[in-house]
Amino acid sequence: MTMIFGVPLAVLSGQLLIGFINGAFYALLSLGLAIIFGLLKIINFAHGAMYMLGALLTVVMFNTLGVNYWVALFMAPLLVGVFGVLIEYFLLRRIAGQDHIYSLLLTFGVALIIQGVLTNIYGVSGLRYAMPDMFKGGIKLDFMFLPYYRAWVIVVALLVCFGTWFMIEKTKLGAYLRAGTEDSQLMQGFGINVPLLVSLTYGFGVALAAFAGVLAAPIYSVTPGMGANTLIVVFAVVVIGGMGSIGGAIITGIMMGVIEGLTKTFYPPASSAVIFLVMVVVLMFRPSGLFGKEA
Amino acid sequence: MTMTKKLLTSAVASALMVSGAQAAISDNTVKIGYLADMSGTYRDLAGPNGLKALQMAIKDFGGTVNGAKIEVLSADDRNNPDASSSTVRRWVENDKVDMVAGLVASSVTIAVSKILEENDRLGIVSGSAASSITNEHCTPNHIHYVYDTYPLANGTASAVVKEGGKSWYLMTADYAFGHALEADVTRVVEANGGEIVGSVRHPFPTQDFSSFVLQAQASGADVVGLANAGSDTTNAITTASEFGVTQAGQTLAALLLFLTDVHALGVDTAQGIQLTTGWYWDMNDATREWSDRFMKETGVRPTMVHAGIYSSTLHYLNAVAAAGSDDAQTVRKQMMDTPINDMFATNGRIREDGRMVHDMYLAEVKTPAESKNEWDLYKILRTIPADEAYRPLSESKCKLVTN
Repeated sequence: MTMIFGVPLAVLSGQLLIGFINGAFYALLSLGLAIIFGLLKIINFAHGAMYMLGALLTVVMFNTLGVNYWVALFMAPLLVGVFGVLIEYFLLRRIAGQDHIYSLLLTFGVALIIQGVLTNIYGVSGLRYAMPDMFKGGIKLDFMFLPYYRAWVIVVALLVCFGTWFMIEKTKLGAYLRAGTEDSQLMQGFGINVPLLVSLTYGFGVALAAFAGVLAAPIYSVTPGMGANTLIVVFAVVVIGGMGSIGGAIITGIMMGVIEGLTKTFYPPASSAVIFLVMVVVLMFRPSGLFGKEA
Repeated sequence: MTMTKKLLTSAVASALMVSGAQAAISDNTVKIGYLADMSGTYRDLAGPNGLKALQMAIKDFGGTVNGAKIEVLSADDRNNPDASSSTVRRWVENDKVDMVAGLVASSVTIAVSKILEENDRLGIVSGSAASSITNEHCTPNHIHYVYDTYPLANGTASAVVKEGGKSWYLMTADYAFGHALEADVTRVVEANGGEIVGSVRHPFPTQDFSSFVLQAQASGADVVGLANAGSDTTNAITTASEFGVTQAGQTLAALLLFLTDVHALGVDTAQGIQLTTGWYWDMNDATREWSDRFMKETGVRPTMVHAGIYSSTLHYLNAVAAAGSDDAQTVRKQMMDTPINDMFATNGRIREDGRMVHDMYLAEVKTPAESKNEWDLYKILRTIPADEAYRPLSESKCKLVTN
């Protein structure tokens, strides 16, 4: 058997694929964060809570109303998106134009409140969500067993990432958005409703997080605290990619998934730290991130 | 004159000393501080429902002890030894707390027990796992009541090896508790003729176990042993099930699994997993009767930790009443001299190292066909007698044990 640094090639290929899958998750989460920061200059510390809300809603809607996975895939992001619009309208709007630290503290507070209230209701042991029947089982590849569900996660996450990037960078709507946040008065003059655009952008960003949450529901233990740990990693991804760079967030997300996967193979105890190590190194040499524009 | 004065003073002093030792209950109040994880990873297995169990015990005892009031304070340990230490310091110095109950994360317990020893108050540990709490970290001021890593390894690991699971791959939570459990499991597996063929120490906490599950599959071991707890264990089991670990012929052995974890996983995912527990709600009439009352209070079935908090609090209050004192050493001695026979334990006894030894149980998670309702989760396979389950005193490193 071919060995690379004492690890069989087959195992390594499996780890690369797993890393790629996790990377797709990171990409989806950091994408929403990058959009919110890039277009609205809001440091959204409630992003992890929105991811958790997506997963929790999926479980709760199934348990109480029998809403199935496919419906949840649309409903949960929609509901969380509306919730996001409300937060933007009632809270974030009031501190628009202030220093970044205000939005950071406000969203962090919102996240703690959401998490605390839900912990009181649902506890911390985790809610169970059965894998949808059509995804049960998997394919036996040469080097690993690939569950169907993980394959689906890669495909759908990449599609959504690409679609979002395309919409913002290549379409007229995206152009309005970018222009509206660049010079809102001018755009108002052209008859564009900029405040609405801002609310919708925040709503869309957190809806992406909720979408990732729905994808996570069948494979991770769904708990009110599940977003808190993920959030920090995803922030590191965004910083490495370059705050606000949308394409950068996607590519970096996948890269970090793979790097983390490899660390889990060669030296597992470092796997929770490796992304931050990369962040330190990147910030030393490129303070605006790998794909950020030099300030 | 001076002679008389001296005599008189010493007479008064000795009278005071006698009354100090025998002594009535200080401030005519028994104060209990409940310290547990109220909001984090270990909330459900102890947490707010543990406080309810404690209050049930006080109510069942009658609300007062020898005419003295019983008061309860509670605090969130936040799984943080430093924060917990300052809470307990405040409790003993300002609030005159006599006994600290709950005590969940092993790191918190080890830190807090030092403060209890300095101030000569009592701690009754119901949630912690590390067997070192009554071994190298033992003090004359605490009692470890429900379970520890020694019987967990002894029960589950030896049963699995005897069933033919000779080669093991271990997934260990990379902190004190995981390392202790890993050491205990390795000892038991090797003593029974098995071997550890590979292991991975994963960060605490870890959400995605797919990478580690893949490594465990590649190792070709008969058994994948999980030396972790809480959400780490449930996430590992969920991922193992997704990647078809058991279908491919490997056995999963979860070394520490609470009722709340199994409930969260559901019998579909968790069926067939073997585990060791100190108590189960559906064992006999006494356990069922108490669990029904607990469920009325909380809406859920109790874990072994909840039951242990109830039982140990009653045992403590009985000892205070019998000794007529809330002095830590007097009460501890009284507790050691009295065997424990209640809904939690039969012939349980507290050893000089502070370990409460009682029968443990090897259980298996029921299949969906066997499980009649959402809390009907275990079948008990075997009772592990107290003397076989816990670390014998002859192997003890505790300073209170003279070999």
